[in-house]
Amino acid sequence: MSSPSDPLTSSSPIRSLPFLAAVAAVLMGLAIVLALVVAPEDADQGLSQRIFYIHVPIALTSYFCFGLGAWKALLLLWREDSRYDLESYVAIHQGTIFGALTLITGSIWAKASWGVWWTWSSNQLVLFLVLFLFYCAYFMLRFSLEDGPRRARSSAVYALFGIVLVPISFLAIRLAEDFIHPTVFTREGPQMTGTMFTAFCVSWTAVTFLAYVLYRVELAGKRLDADLRELREALAS
Amino acid sequence: MSGGEYLALAYGVVFVVVLAYVAIIAAKLARLQRETTEILELARSREAPPRSAEPVVQKISPTA
Repeated sequence: MSSPSDPLTSSSPIRSLPFLAAVAAVLMGLAIVLALVVAPEDADQGLSQRIFYIHVPIALTSYFCFGLGAWKALLLLWREDSRYDLESYVAIHQGTIFGALTLITGSIWAKASWGVWWTWSSNQLVLFLVLFLFYCAYFMLRFSLEDGPRRARSSAVYALFGIVLVPISFLAIRLAEDFIHPTVFTREGPQMTGTMFTAFCVSWTAVTFLAYVLYRVELAGKRLDADLRELREALAS
Repeated sequence: MSGGEYLALAYGVVFVVVLAYVAIIAAKLARLQRETTEILELARSREAPPRSAEPVVQKISPTA
């Protein structure tokens, strides 16, 4: 019988990673060509509008990663299986990286469109920053506790609390009174041409797939690390 | 800065961050590879004494 902590079996999914990484690279290449070459230029913003094809997919992927982290945290509390702790941690780590990229690319786009790097008057920006800082504090909590079930449970509860901020951040633009941040997806559908929408969908798929591959790679590395530590301890005793 | 330069900056930042992330993961994997080699050597050194202490009789084939 194999178990998640079995050193010989837990790293076996690594075999599919080169193929997944190649698919991610092809998808990213396709997305860049569609976003920078094929998609028509925006009449209002010009070239800087093309930042949309990388900024929005990255933001949506960070929401997805935080959601995945919360889901794994729920599974940990529900089933009390320790492997979900590492999966939740890696997902939140990915979400934080993509969250940082969302803030950076958004800031660049803001400078190009609005003339400022940041504005505190936009609820969408501030709420996303709050969400990002909340998950940054997750790591402070996690690494302030000793490794073990207590740390796993505390981290899981924190990750679950954080997920409440995701729909608020996502819907903030519709709830906000200011209209600085553009609204592309409305109840009438996407406010863009067919080619633009195709470029956006391919970019979103590519970024999500890239995040998935990075998640798998990091998770495999961390599991391998844990297995090796266990093996070293077993040999030393 | 022009719109094109902001565009290049945004895509460049994403590229650099992903590249840095992959480099960090690669460094971690290299460390894991070193540790695996160390553990393998430790395991081999542990296996060595019992093998040398094996009775000579056991190595002789029954048909000999």
